[in-house]
Amino acid sequence: MSQTAERMSLVVFSGTVDKLMAASILATGAAAMGLEVELFLTTWGMMAFRKGDYKTNTRVSKDFEEYGPVMMEAMQAKKAPSWMDNLLGAKEVGDVKIYACSMTMELFGLHLSDLEPIVDDVTGVAAFVERAKEGRITLFI
Amino acid sequence: MSTTSEVHADVEIDARGSFCPGPLMELIRGIKTLPVGGVIAVRSSDPGSAKDIPAWLQKAGHELIGAYPEADCTRFVARKLR
Repeated sequence: MSQTAERMSLVVFSGTVDKLMAASILATGAAAMGLEVELFLTTWGMMAFRKGDYKTNTRVSKDFEEYGPVMMEAMQAKKAPSWMDNLLGAKEVGDVKIYACSMTMELFGLHLSDLEPIVDDVTGVAAFVERAKEGRITLFI
Repeated sequence: MSTTSEVHADVEIDARGSFCPGPLMELIRGIKTLPVGGVIAVRSSDPGSAKDIPAWLQKAGHELIGAYPEADCTRFVARKLR
């Protein structure tokens, strides 16, 4: 772990495609620019990483619900990569770690093996905060 | 800086239509395959590339030879320095 902590930490709380897309693009940009990136998946954000879920997830934020179908269609028509593809790309070019929140896992009776293989490990909130406090950027999405 | 878009590149990447930060990602992947001193070109129609690609090249320690506007995109040419 670097002393300067050029790190971006994201709390991924939302499980809607629009916000997952934003998180994945931020992660990609930060990874490309050489920052360490850490995603902490909790609540609905973690549910979106259950095995296979991303393939059928078409949810969008409630406040922009009416734009949902338009957004999904536009993404398909323009062949925009999925948020999962973005995260795989981010991992390819940089130091990106994805951790699932242990509390949410317990709440829903899930294990690491129930999540997509892109998830590195299960961690508690204290461990996440301990690392995030040394970082330059922390965002809640 | 040359003023022509006919600057030779060892590798040409067509990332037109690719979404931000897609063209940058393709450049990063492409540059890995080059020997030091190799020249790579990427065509991007994403307006974000105008800032993203030079910023990444500077951070990663490579040379931006030029950014050449074309009809439907910009062609960024870079030399791998390390």
